[in-house]
Amino acid sequence: MVELEDLSFTYPDGAFHLNVPALRIESGERVAVVGPSGTGKTTLLNLISGLIAPRTGRITVDDTNVASLGEAARRSFRAHSIGFIFQDFALLDYLTARENILYPYRITDLKFDRNVRVRADELATTSGLSGKLDRRPGSLSQGEQQRVAICRALLPAPSLILADEATGNLDPANKIVILDLLFDHAAATNAAILAVTHDHDLLPRFDRVIDFTAFRAEATT
Amino acid sequence: MNSLRLALAYLRFHWVRSIVLVLVVGMILAVPSATQILLASSERQLTARAEATPLVLGRRGSALDLTMNAIYFSDEHPEPLSMAEVDVIWDSNYATPIPLHTRFTSDGFRIVGTSIEYFSFRDLTLLEGRSLAVLGEAVIGAAVAADLGVGVGDGVVSSPENLFDLDGVYPLELKIVGVLARTNTPDDEAIFTDIKTAWVIEGIGHGHDDVLTGANGAENVQASASLLQFNRITPDNLDSFHFHGDPGGFPVTAILVDPYDLRGATILRGRYLDPDGRAQMVVPATVVRGLVDRIFRIKTLLDTVTLVIGVAALAAVALAIFLSYRLRGPEVKTAIKIGAGRGTIAQLLAVETAILLTGSIALAAILTFLVSRNADGWVAWLLATGT
Repeated sequence: MVELEDLSFTYPDGAFHLNVPALRIESGERVAVVGPSGTGKTTLLNLISGLIAPRTGRITVDDTNVASLGEAARRSFRAHSIGFIFQDFALLDYLTARENILYPYRITDLKFDRNVRVRADELATTSGLSGKLDRRPGSLSQGEQQRVAICRALLPAPSLILADEATGNLDPANKIVILDLLFDHAAATNAAILAVTHDHDLLPRFDRVIDFTAFRAEATT
Repeated sequence: MNSLRLALAYLRFHWVRSIVLVLVVGMILAVPSATQILLASSERQLTARAEATPLVLGRRGSALDLTMNAIYFSDEHPEPLSMAEVDVIWDSNYATPIPLHTRFTSDGFRIVGTSIEYFSFRDLTLLEGRSLAVLGEAVIGAAVAADLGVGVGDGVVSSPENLFDLDGVYPLELKIVGVLARTNTPDDEAIFTDIKTAWVIEGIGHGHDDVLTGANGAENVQASASLLQFNRITPDNLDSFHFHGDPGGFPVTAILVDPYDLRGATILRGRYLDPDGRAQMVVPATVVRGLVDRIFRIKTLLDTVTLVIGVAALAAVALAIFLSYRLRGPEVKTAIKIGAGRGTIAQLLAVETAILLTGSIALAAILTFLVSRNADGWVAWLLATGT
């Protein structure tokens, strides 16, 4: 469960304020965030994941007050509780698909063992990547690359998945397939999904849609 | 372990860049040390051989050219002396004169016409075969044998100097009767023969069997430039070889003078002090010391240039690595979002750099080892090549 209370954030240059009086996302809930560019949607994801700290207010994810965590604890929190999916997939071109999926275990405090590798292969197989795990991203299609990115985000079994325009680079057919794949996997672990999107065709698939203009990013000048 | 795995994966994927960086840094590290080794070997060899050669007599002119030619068989060609100067030294009873005739080459190797005393003077030992006995024989240095793939029983042919000079130098086939043990000195690069054989090559001495060829049994002879032929000295024609003129007037390039004592050396040097005389007697150690001093003054400049170039090259490499890290900004951002600490990322980049540096240092060590192992041979070859 994710809960935001009286949240406010201001960029150091004072370019805009972000105010979120209250927002609650239940476990397993699929929430889409829409709104014009520059209204702070990505900023919201960064706040929830602890990448940046709010000026005031409270962010709680699974009973953890993210804003109160120290630097190391926030890193560990992100590794264990948050799954990131990016518009550009953010895969490493020098690693194979399998090593990309396992990447969080190479660079964070997530514990790697043989079972993790087995689960990675299973997850990849159910994601349609069977036979492609030893290939590098450059030899995969865009849809396949996003499947790899989804597997990377889901492998640690996070309680919250933050997707920033996750289908933005995909063709219409692939968008539906990838989104369904994401929903299926998230449902298996009862993970909540908070997805920023500009694609209104996809909105009916979400449980709830938040129009971010309601939180209105205010210019200070 | 994870950092090492990721670093190796990155370097393997960008293998061209990795290899170029290793090569560049390896060369930057190896060149100064290799240069130091070569210069040290040069100084050692130049000095050692010069100090082992008490005096050299030659035509008045450049003392350096005379020394380089007489003790390193370099390409400088001082004007020749006459063989009579050898007799003058013998007659003085102050020293043993060793004539040298270094005008000719064979396959790029210097043919050194000399007397049998040269071998004991230089402490040269035979690896196989025997020493010079009759006209037309040669004893070759170890490098000559290795490079040409020849040994006892084979032949080497002197290179003609001018194809169109009927009265000039014809090629003479020399029969190899001995191969010298390696000394890592210019002697390795030389083909030794009796000085009389060198005179045969020069055309002063000749036989009448093969130089002029009868055509189809007729009495007329052919001796045109188009009829370039071997002049081989065999047991059958050996007796027909003879020299015209006074042997005292035959040419020698230089004379190594080995005094019996200091007094004899001093007296002999005094006899050739006249600046108007045709001959000069030089002390190779003094000449070479002057050369080495000059080289090492230049070396100071070279060291500075090497340092500047090295710093500039390392700065360029550092810039390349820095730009590479900048290009990997998105990767770093992703890693941080996923939960990596900046320390982990720094460790990953440090491991990559350490692997590249390790490769470079290993390459530099191998290059330096190769240079140090072969320095003496290379320097001997360079000294013999001259300018």
